[in-house]
Formats: sequence, C-alpha cells, structure tokens
Amino acid sequence: MTFKMTYWVAFRTIVMKEMLRFMRISAQTLLPPAITTVLYFIIFGELIGARIGDMAGFRYVDFIVPGLILMAVISNSYANVVASFYGSKFQHYVEEMLVAPLPNWVILLGFVSGGVARGVMVGIVVTLVALFFSDIQVHSYAVTLAVFVLTSILFSLAGFINAVYANSFDDISVIPTFVLTPLTYLGGVFYSITLLPEFWQNVSLANPVLYMVNAFRYGLLGVSDISLTLAFAIIIGFIALLSAYCMHLLNRGVGIKS
Amino acid sequence: MWPFVFNLSLMTPSLNGDVLIVKALHIEQLTKVYPKGVQALSGIDLRVEQGDFFALLGPNGAGKSTAIGVVCSLLNKTSGKVRIFGHDLDTEREAAKACIGLAPQEFNFNMFDPVVEILTNQAGYYGIPHAEAAERAEKLLRQLHLWDKRRVQARLLSGGMKRRLMIARALVHHPRLLILDEPTAGVDIEIRHSMWAFLREINQQGVTIILTTHYLEEAENLCRNIAIISQGRIVEQTQVHELLRRLHQEVFVIDTAQALDKMPSIEGFKLDKVADHRMEVSVSREHGLSQLFAGLNAAGVEVVSLRNKQNRLEQLFMDVVNHSRGTGV
Ligand SMILES: Nc1ncnc2c1ncn2[C@@H]1O[C@H](COP(=O)(O)OP(=O)(O)OP(=O)(O)O)[C@@H](O)[C@H]1O
Ligand SMILES: [Mg+2]
Repeated sequence: MTFKMTYWVAFRTIVMKEMLRFMRISAQTLLPPAITTVLYFIIFGELIGARIGDMAGFRYVDFIVPGLILMAVISNSYANVVASFYGSKFQHYVEEMLVAPLPNWVILLGFVSGGVARGVMVGIVVTLVALFFSDIQVHSYAVTLAVFVLTSILFSLAGFINAVYANSFDDISVIPTFVLTPLTYLGGVFYSITLLPEFWQNVSLANPVLYMVNAFRYGLLGVSDISLTLAFAIIIGFIALLSAYCMHLLNRGVGIKS
Repeated sequence: MWPFVFNLSLMTPSLNGDVLIVKALHIEQLTKVYPKGVQALSGIDLRVEQGDFFALLGPNGAGKSTAIGVVCSLLNKTSGKVRIFGHDLDTEREAAKACIGLAPQEFNFNMFDPVVEILTNQAGYYGIPHAEAAERAEKLLRQLHLWDKRRVQARLLSGGMKRRLMIARALVHHPRLLILDEPTAGVDIEIRHSMWAFLREINQQGVTIILTTHYLEEAENLCRNIAIISQGRIVEQTQVHELLRRLHQEVFVIDTAQALDKMPSIEGFKLDKVADHRMEVSVSREHGLSQLFAGLNAAGVEVVSLRNKQNRLEQLFMDVVNHSRGTGV
C-alpha cells in the first residue's frame, strides 16, 4: 500500500523533470515545430495548394492540417524520449533511478508520459498555427483526441527503444532521419493514397504511420482512406508490442547495466 | 534525525562465531564477469555488521567499484548471493535498494540540473514527497556547505563540491547503509577533515558506512573494520587496529645537527647512514622510541627532526597485496 504511494511519487518526479527539461529549452523544443508548420502552410497550403484544388472533397490546405499536426506530434514525442533517455545514459544519471526502489514500469511510464506531454504541447501549438491558415470543423473530438494521444504514446515508446540501443549522439538521429521522416512523408500526410497506382497503394498499407494519419484525418475532417477500426487495432497493437519490448529491454538492463 | 540507531552492545556473537543480528551487508561467493570477458570478481565473501564503519581497500582495478555496482543494482552479477539488512537482492530487490545510499566514484548527476533539484529528484525516486524532500535537501546542503550553491547548475561546482553533492544525494532518503566509492578523491585537506567529521557523526547516529579509498590514512582514521581486495579476491578482512598491530617494524628517518662521520651503535636498533646528516632507524615493537633517544643522547647525536619513512599502513597494504599476487591466492 505504501509502496503504491512511493511509486506515484517517483512517477510524478520523473514526469515533472521531463516536462521541466523541454520547457527550459523551449526555443529548441516548442518553437521549431511552430515555424516549420507556418512554412508548410505557406508553401503547400497557400502557394502550391491553391493550384492543386480539392483533395478528398476538401481544400488542399485543410486536407493537410491533420497530417501536419500528427507529424509534429510524432517527431516531438520521439525526439523528447530519445534525447532525454539517451542523455541520462550518456551522463550516467539513469543510475539515480536504477539504485532507487522503483520498478522498471514506473521508469518507462514516466519517460513515455514526458514524451506525450511534449507531443501534446507541440500538437496544441501546431493546431493553433493551423487555425490561422485553414478552416476546419472537428468531426469527432473523441477520435481526434484518442489518435493524438495514442500516436504520441507509440512514438515515445519507439524513441525509448532507440535510446536504449544508442551508443552515440549519431545513433539518436539515424532512425528519425532514415526511418521516421520517410514513413511520415509517405504516410499520406500530403496526399490521399487513392491517388497512387494500385501497387503503391498496397505498399503504403504496410506503413503504420498511414493508419494514424488517416484515423486522425477522420477525427478532424471525417474522411479516411482506411477503416477506423483497423487503424485503432494497429495503433494499439503496436503500443502493446513496443511496451512489452521496452520492458524486456529494461528488465534485462540492455544498454544500461553490464 | 536518523531513525536507525542501533545499540552496538546488542551485537553479541553467538556460539558459532556468527552474529545474531542481521548483517548490514552479507556477500557470499560473488563473482562478476563483464560481457567482454573481464573477470572482475572471483568469488568474494564479505560481511559488514550493522553500525560498522568499514573500509574496502585495494589497488586500481581490484574490483571495488564492481562489487559496489552489484550491491547497488547498477551491475548484474554473474553468480553469488547479496543480502542487505537481510533482504536478498534476487528476491527482495526493492527492499534492499531502499536501505542503501550510494555516492559512486564517477559523477553521475545531470550536470545541467540545479543542485537542489538533484537532491529533490533523487528523493522523489525513493518515494519521498516533494515538500519533505525539499526540507531534507536544505538540511543536507547546509550541512555539506552547499546551500549557497543550491540554484547553481551542477556542472559549475568545483570537484570537491561535486563530491559533497553526491554524499548529500546519497543521504537524502535516510539510508541505513551508506556506500561511498572514493568520497574524498580530489578533495582538499580542510574539506576532507570536515567530511570525516560529518561521516563520523552520521555513523554515530547509526548509519553503517562502507567506503573505498586510496588514502590509507582515511581508513585508519575513520574505519573499524577493513577488507583488502586484490584481483577480484578478498585477501584480508580484519579490524583496522588488528592490522596495525601486525606491523612489527617501523622505519624512522632522523636528521641530525652534526655530520654523521661515525655511526653510533645502539643496542636493539639498526641504524643506517643515508646522507651526511641523515640516518634511518628500524624500530621494532618491543623497543620504544625513548630507548632510541637515550642511546642517541649518550652517543652525543643531536636530533633535529624525526619522521616516519613511510606510512605504516601503506607498507602493510603493499605487503598484503604483493603477497596475494605473488602466491596467486
Ligand atoms: N564496464 C566495464 N566493462 C568491462 N570491464 C570493466 C568495466 N568496469 C570495470 N571493468 C574491469 O573490471 C576490473 C575491476 O574494475 P573496478 O572498477 O571494479 O576496480 P576498482 O577496484 O574500483 O579500481 P579503482 O581503484 O581504479 O577505482 C578492471 O579490470 C576493469 O578494467
Ligand atoms: Mg573504483
């Protein structure tokens, strides 16, 4: 019973520390996504988008809003956890947690919550920017919020795994550059996959980001290339898989204990 | 302040030479092979009584930090048993962890965090609510003369201040066992002495302390019991004063007023001339120094200064370690 209380205190401590970390460096964490989003809206939304016309029955600038928000959520959740947990390994202060009587799941939950906090904050910033450029009515708040948070959890977990295996600062930028960015760009942020030839449509279906972007687009606009049930099943399935894998890594002490 | 006060008289040895009261630290046949094959510990046994002030000595690479790493859950052991206040690391890890406070050899705090947050966060990981953590942090930072620096980023502290910060952090959850891996490395003499006083006080309040050090003077000054580790094995475990008692000979260096043209000879002492105005004298335990002075006086030698040729404990340490290496113990 008292143990539960101490876990809660430990969890809070990790989350507060994580939030303080990215708030202290908000010029590097909260500002850049706002700036890139403005650029995307000006270039793709206003300049190019005006010539594209409608997509899936929406103005192009409105069509890309969900994808742009989710893209920011994905990269920021991931970046927060990978940088923070790798930093704690690099400077060895992960040991402060390893010596303390707190179970591994509290550590994981703490870091993931930190990643979600950053994802949500950046998501809000980007949404506010988006409201300047576009005109969208939320189709379903429940779906929008659920996808928003679940995606953030999923990529926080992925960032955690990256950090566990990373042995240098290069290692924490390899995955975002060579895996995450291509997946998000090809995940239907800027287009509906119905525009693609059938072969590439099928290839796209192997990209998990596609499901999140489409589910989120459904939440905001009410249109999706994919069935909503399938999208949620895939997101939740990935979360379960990655959580289990993170716990396995932590329990074995991979990357943190010889 | 320290809730864990033990009456030393309770620790009566039982018939089998064991002690009735549970050990603060009990290590049995602990081995550690690092992933790349380095065998750092080859089956060590160690018992530390509650309330003890215990020194773990050994040359560089002997395995001290490795043993501490296993005890504090920073390293996985290869085999063996570790119990902390009776809590087995394999079955009651959290209870065991809660008993220990660690100040490791290498700095391991976030260099960009303010000093006070390092303490309150660590307390948080141990489940201490923030308000209480802040109180404890203030108390410890004042005691260790770091209160003025509480808002400073840790990287801006001097080396000695960083060491004290690690000690403060190790104490923030009021551990029953404090483990200090070279706590005074790089600490100036004045601060070292005040740290000693602080540690003695903590120990008197009932906290068991284990420290590693390369300053034998430190072990001699602070510790009651001592273990010497060499090449991953315990080669000696005894009381500090017992170890000192084993020193039969001491060599003194004596500077004289007159040039030593003719060396005096004094019954029971071996005198060697090493320079015109300097000699070395081996003094065994049976003969006191006053006998030596009487002899020198009689021979008309005027003594200007006298000092120990070498720290006795250092000599003994070298003997034990070399012996263990030589015989492959
Ligand atoms: N992470 C590691 N991986 C592989 N080998 C290691 C690791 N850490 C220590 N060792 C090896 O284990 C042995 C014992 O090292 P340890 O750090 O325990 O020595 P120590 O007694 O603390 O020495 P010192 O007085 O220099 O601190 C050494 O041979 C060392 O090289
Ligand atoms: Mg060491």
